[in-house]
Amino acid sequence: MFDDNKIEDTIKIEPFWEIVPAIEFQDVCLAYDDKIVLDHIDLSVRRGECKIILGRSGGGKSTIIRLILGLLKPDSGRVLVDGEDITDYTEVEMMPIRQKIGMVFQEGALFDSISVYENVAYRLREQERDEAEIDREVRRMLEFVDLADAVDKMPIELSGGMRRRVGIARALIGDPSIVLFDEPTAGLDPPTARTMCELAIKLRDLQDVSSIFVTHEMNNVTNLCSEYATVSEKGEVHFEKEGDKLCLINTEVLMMRNGQIIFNGTDEQLQASDNQYVKRFIKGER
Amino acid sequence: MLAFIVTFTERFQLVSPKGLMNPFIRFVSELQEVSLLIWRAFVSLFSKPRYFSETIRQMDMIGVGSLPIVLLTGFFTGGVLVLQAFPTLQYYSIQNEAGHSVATSLIRELGPVLCALMVSGRIGAAISAELGSMVVSQQIDAMRALGTDPIRRLVVPRITSLVLLLPLLTVACDILGLIGGGVVASTIYNQDYHVFATSVRVGITTSDLVSGLIKPIFFGLIIGSVGCHKGLSTSGGTAGVGRSTTDAVVIASIWVIIFDFFLSKALQYLLDLGQL
Ligand SMILES: Nc1ncnc2c1ncn2[C@@H]1O[C@H](COP(=O)(O)OP(=O)(O)OP(=O)(O)O)[C@@H](O)[C@H]1O
Ligand SMILES: [Mg+2]
Repeated sequence: MFDDNKIEDTIKIEPFWEIVPAIEFQDVCLAYDDKIVLDHIDLSVRRGECKIILGRSGGGKSTIIRLILGLLKPDSGRVLVDGEDITDYTEVEMMPIRQKIGMVFQEGALFDSISVYENVAYRLREQERDEAEIDREVRRMLEFVDLADAVDKMPIELSGGMRRRVGIARALIGDPSIVLFDEPTAGLDPPTARTMCELAIKLRDLQDVSSIFVTHEMNNVTNLCSEYATVSEKGEVHFEKEGDKLCLINTEVLMMRNGQIIFNGTDEQLQASDNQYVKRFIKGER
Repeated sequence: MLAFIVTFTERFQLVSPKGLMNPFIRFVSELQEVSLLIWRAFVSLFSKPRYFSETIRQMDMIGVGSLPIVLLTGFFTGGVLVLQAFPTLQYYSIQNEAGHSVATSLIRELGPVLCALMVSGRIGAAISAELGSMVVSQQIDAMRALGTDPIRRLVVPRITSLVLLLPLLTVACDILGLIGGGVVASTIYNQDYHVFATSVRVGITTSDLVSGLIKPIFFGLIIGSVGCHKGLSTSGGTAGVGRSTTDAVVIASIWVIIFDFFLSKALQYLLDLGQL
């Protein structure tokens, strides 16, 4: 006997206006004791979009990221990942969701009792992939973040920036469809910081990854919002600047202040904003 | 029982504001958390993924690593028991029973308890310091973010190794204790070692052995679960790690000693029933 529902499921094509966002916050509040960290936050990250979160230190940016992973639970409101309401998920139910999210921790958070290789291989080992595949992927990822010769080192032997890059390799292995960068460029030299941005651009434009990019630096914002990646016929990746012909709409900036979102829009709108706080933040004035 | 504790503390937490919990409530909620941890660890034993290599590593650290201190403890405890008891026994001219008296106290009480205390100091502290520093450096969060349950990966191997190995360590401790007693009896009090050995052999009963082996299983569970719970609930940076390490050792040791009393009583009752 045919299962009618099943057939319907397989041929269902979503019209673009019904595509569910990759990440959605609905009226989320969170407080530590009596300190309000998130105050009725609504946000959504579309598929393939890169959302840049700006804001003062202590503004609740990392908290947002921890909510997406279910490491924290909101006091009220809903958190949705790929249309699934994860707010009340238990740790066990969260596991499949976390499999498709890559997270770069602000402080690296590498496992310091195992080598760089094992750190990067961690997710694949958990998924019990075969050894040859793991080896190939780990080397590819380490190559990618330019740390091929640090494979056998222990995390404690690395510099801060190297640790951050290992963290990025660990987050990106296994091709997650959502990537969360928590200040990936803090403490990196400008060329490496630029590489990080290009990485995020590549993920956004070539692999259709939805991402959140938390940062303090306006340089990164300019980079992410004005460049796009294309692949030439030879398979090389090129970065091009948006011009008069084309304006990137898959990158948006969101600014937080005291637990509230005070700005959400493209970088052109950000530059043109007449909110005093936003203006001062961009110029780096107090 | 568990459900009762859960609802009980929940109800109390509702009426008392956070931070103002009185010590009794805090104790009950701590107890609840430890029992939940044990329960979750127990449940995850029955499904994949399991981390055998991690378990072996822990066994090596816990078992092989603790062997020297446990052996030393056993040897000198057995020695001092004979040293102190011999004159009294001699006074009543029952010095031939020296082996018996050492064996009983060692196998029933001192072996399991001292062994547990030594292991609690060494392993309980190590567990809680390791997990605690993983918490404050966000490694536990990273682990969860990468789709691993820290209970399966960190807690289960540690508790399993302790539960399996503490009885073995205790046996090693007991044996060295008997040897130590024999050495003291023969060198200091010039007792023929055959007399000592015979008295040990005749003196030990099955119920001594059974209770001496059941106790360390529970002690292992206490040390492991308290260490893991304290480690995982660390907060407040590196100072917090220090605090939870101290707590882990102190609380586990106290629980071992308190539990020892009630366990002895229960085993006495059960073994009497079984006519052993
Ligand atoms: N475990 C906690 N207990 C109490 N308060 C906390 C805790 N974690 C975070 N906070 C508070 O929540 C607020 C937001 O923290 P969060 O880490 O999200 O900031 P952030 O925007 O990521 O800052 P930064 O840019 O410095 O990383 C801070 O004011 C912090 O004091
Ligand atoms: Mg942060």
